[in-house]
Amino acid sequence: MENRLRVLRAERNWSQQDLAERIEVSRQSVNAIETGKYDPSLPLAFRIAELFDLPIEEIFVSPSRRSSKAI
Amino acid sequence: MIARTDASKRYNRRTIWISVAYAIFLIAAVYGFKHDLVGGPLRYVVAVLPALPVVGLFIAMGRYLVEEQDEYVRMLLVRQMLWAMGFALSCATVWGFLDGFGLVGHIDGYWIVVVWYFGQAVGGIANKLMLGDGGC
Repeated sequence: MENRLRVLRAERNWSQQDLAERIEVSRQSVNAIETGKYDPSLPLAFRIAELFDLPIEEIFVSPSRRSSKAI
Repeated sequence: MIARTDASKRYNRRTIWISVAYAIFLIAAVYGFKHDLVGGPLRYVVAVLPALPVVGLFIAMGRYLVEEQDEYVRMLLVRQMLWAMGFALSCATVWGFLDGFGLVGHIDGYWIVVVWYFGQAVGGIANKLMLGDGGC
């Protein structure tokens, strides 16, 4: 799933490891989410959203909205 | 390599202890049978002894899956195990038919565990190829 995680992380000058520790997952998980290879569960997505103090949809791009835009 | 989490460290520790138990039970069983130290129904008990730690390995793996808190790592493990299962069952099926038609020699059933572990390595490579850095 496309997302803004890398941008949000860069704005705060956090490494993947920094973010991983904050949301209590492995650095591998952060990398997989950032690159869109893994879609986080809803609880993890909420944890990420709460960390950045943003609504989920401002971090993760809805696949259905993305495809409707493409049309 | 899959990330080292607290759950994976616990799994590794359990695996080491189980492997030690396996070595002890296997040596004891082989020694007991070789020197005719066991007889009657006890033979069945002693013969099964080395199998118990191997069963323990699967239980340890199940516990690892349950205890792993990192959902992405858990997904990698499940994928790896599915590859291992498919690989081992496929090998067993193909070999079973070849054996059935008398084209190859018979192999003891417990070797399927070794093939399953080899399948885990195949699963790790598949994770690496499909998920890149995030994979195993």
